[in-house]
Amino acid sequence: MKVPYFPGCTLKTTATNFETSAIEVAKQLGIEMVELDRWNCCGVVSYLVSDDLMKHMAPVRNFIRVQEMNKTGVVENENRLVTLCSMCYNTLNLSNKRMQKNPDDLQKINDFMHREETKYDGSVEVVHLLPLIQDLGWEAVSKHVKKPLNNIKVAPYYGCMLLRPKNVGIDDAEDPKILQELISALGAEAIDWDSGSRCCGSYHTVNNKDIVINLSRGIIEDARRNGADIIITSCPLCAFNLDNRQQDILEKDPEFETMPIVYFSQLIGVAFAIDKEKLGWEFNHISPDILF
Amino acid sequence: MAKIIKLDDKGVEFLEKIMELSGEIITLCDQCGTCSGGCPFITEMDVNPSQIMRQVMLGQKNIMDSKTMWICASCFTCTVRCPRDLDVSKVSEALRQVKLREAIDFIDIEEISDEEAKKLPSIAIVGAFRKFTG
Repeated sequence: MKVPYFPGCTLKTTATNFETSAIEVAKQLGIEMVELDRWNCCGVVSYLVSDDLMKHMAPVRNFIRVQEMNKTGVVENENRLVTLCSMCYNTLNLSNKRMQKNPDDLQKINDFMHREETKYDGSVEVVHLLPLIQDLGWEAVSKHVKKPLNNIKVAPYYGCMLLRPKNVGIDDAEDPKILQELISALGAEAIDWDSGSRCCGSYHTVNNKDIVINLSRGIIEDARRNGADIIITSCPLCAFNLDNRQQDILEKDPEFETMPIVYFSQLIGVAFAIDKEKLGWEFNHISPDILF
Repeated sequence: MAKIIKLDDKGVEFLEKIMELSGEIITLCDQCGTCSGGCPFITEMDVNPSQIMRQVMLGQKNIMDSKTMWICASCFTCTVRCPRDLDVSKVSEALRQVKLREAIDFIDIEEISDEEAKKLPSIAIVGAFRKFTG
């Protein structure tokens, strides 16, 4: 299966560990992620006001690239655009849904981008790698497991952007199961907890990191209370807020007990016994020793 | 006996502006408080989300001085829980936009230290500037 893939800025900078591990894991599962030709920023956060058409142009330009990849034969009849970063997923998908629902908006954007040879026809489907793996069936995932993660307790952390709003959620907004199912397929145990879809504080980490420190600490301590050894995520911003900000928590409270934060793809990679260097641990702040 | 609350012209104008920008029929809000109850940022806010809905409904423009709309990070928890199917995060966005369109930014890039800027993932920086600057 060859699918167009949108990386986004952070997977090329501070979350290369996410990209490297996800591409490798997908490859083993028979999913070849082909990077979009000339991709551009998705916008990170979706503009939510009604008169903001201009802000949806960047996502649409990426959808045009998907159509072009089909036209030139790089992929065959594949209208799905796969993403890894939860924020890219959410922003691209919300824009796409708006275009598909409002042909007038789409027309205006196409008219504005008159220099693009291809017009966006609304045919692209924005998907996240997780449901793509789920579609293969968890048994297919289990078959690749060479090193079952027995005795490891994992906290499935969804954050906001994979689940909300409902029209772009990859699973039930209040009772998601996909990460728990993945964790079980890898032989590990998913903990039951209340903070799996609680916001980490998001971009407040830039100008008001105390908000993030409080929220992240709450999430990590909840995971700890419920017996978790590690937390998994799919969002490079959640990863930064939960992982790197533990340093800030420690500065305030040296008694704080740290917890490793890893990408779901890294967890799969460990269970598949993929070489350590292929899973890119360079940006994991708290060392996930328990996995090795 | 029913009491009729009449909004002055400026109040009506403000309410209509926010309803137009957010696309939400704010007057449908029942004031049940579900949005405030589930908001992960509630302890950081000076006015809670359901109060914001009420004050916008009453055309009280002084709500623009509250810091709540800047604290809301569009996590959409309220959005998926509102029994009236209202999107409070869109209302926050509309309020932010009113301010940003007056060319009043909420953050200044100069305030972020070089040391922090180097550490921060680009999605954090781009996200903050898309939400906090016009």
